[in-house]
Amino acid sequence: MATVCDAVRLTDRVYWVGAIDWGIREFHGYATGRGTTYNAYLVMDETVTLVDTVKAPFKDEMLGRIASVTDPAGIDLIISNHAEMDHTGCLPEVMEATGAERVLASKNGKKALAAHFHLDERIEAVETGQTVRLGETEATFVETRMLHWPDSMMTYLSGEEILFSQDGFGMHLASTERYADQLPRDIVHHELAKYYANILLPFSKLVTKAVAALREMDLPLAMIAPDHGPIYREDLAWPIDAWARWAEQRPTRKAVVTFDTMWHSTESMARAVAEGLLQGGATSVRLLPLAASHRSDVATEILEAGALLVGSPTMNNMVFPTVADCLTYLEGLARKNLVGAAFGSYGWSGKAIGRLEAWLDAMSVERVADSVALQYVPDEAGLARCRALGRQVGEVLARRVESS
Amino acid sequence: MQKYECTICGYIYDPEKGDPTQNVEPGTAFEDLPDGWTCPDCGAPKDQFVPV
Repeated sequence: MATVCDAVRLTDRVYWVGAIDWGIREFHGYATGRGTTYNAYLVMDETVTLVDTVKAPFKDEMLGRIASVTDPAGIDLIISNHAEMDHTGCLPEVMEATGAERVLASKNGKKALAAHFHLDERIEAVETGQTVRLGETEATFVETRMLHWPDSMMTYLSGEEILFSQDGFGMHLASTERYADQLPRDIVHHELAKYYANILLPFSKLVTKAVAALREMDLPLAMIAPDHGPIYREDLAWPIDAWARWAEQRPTRKAVVTFDTMWHSTESMARAVAEGLLQGGATSVRLLPLAASHRSDVATEILEAGALLVGSPTMNNMVFPTVADCLTYLEGLARKNLVGAAFGSYGWSGKAIGRLEAWLDAMSVERVADSVALQYVPDEAGLARCRALGRQVGEVLARRVESS
Repeated sequence: MQKYECTICGYIYDPEKGDPTQNVEPGTAFEDLPDGWTCPDCGAPKDQFVPV
């Protein structure tokens, strides 16, 4: 097989054999402005082992990288840490190409793989604590259900002290640099936060438990090797601590105001609300017009916020579609401990405001100021009410954060 | 009282604790949970639970 891309040696026995997706900009609702990688790892021990595969179109890149080290047909064992198709897209073909005798997944993974690929009984279920000796190294499995799918698990490789963390501590970031310490820290931090906000946020209680369990296991760790983005080989406490902190969902004095507008009226209200927030005690306000902001970036901004305020015009008695899109997405991410409010301009029915209020209530965003609804173009008095709304929320936020 | 486990994610419903996230009082048996009650961790419906 002609090899265009080579494997990247991580240790004497372990190689990165994944694929880099430079061009992906949309990943099930998440804007991936920096592309991503699908990481797969080859363990060259007596039992030659492949940890995860890649998204289907990248199969040849992965097989080529493997071939630069060893004949893929020599792979004995495949471990599937997660059934989602960015990691299993070519699993059936790779099973054929390698003739791997065993394919291991969690119990839920076995069920999920059967429901994705209608595979036969070749997948073997493993559970937390189960081990497989590969030779000098030994693989131990740790289920991490609902981080972020029921089938998710991690694999720890003793002998190399590598935790294959699957989507854990991952991020969407395409690079030829394979290690986090080789990349600008602020970019890595941003993408780690964005990934947590968009993928893990609803499961924060489980993240807290998983991090506690990981710390208690006290595994010797030389590397954390996720399935997306760079590998950690230095300062391993950093991504773990970041996840633990985000999982607490503590409110901060940062407020997010998101809105859309038909004739700039709701927009001018939003600007007044933002000013009010600053006057009331918010230390930072993100004003995010939905015409210019992607829902996944709004999600990233609420990760470390304390308040969410939403503005919508009324169109045909409904919340404006872009606002509904964003709120649908945010409701699913289930961020807790936010205060907020609703506002908007309207022509005659003004029914969007009531819908926004019900929506924020359903999202457990505590409304701490009465909504402001203004007809057509706001006058000075109207804008003053918007500023007052912002100030009220800002004051409550400042008090809450100080007393916590 | 009988505890139930979510077969999707492993969450255990303990009747003695109830489920404050969905306004379920402590002491509520699993059978008495409303039909629309879902797993607080992963959203799975009641029929995905088994007694443990």
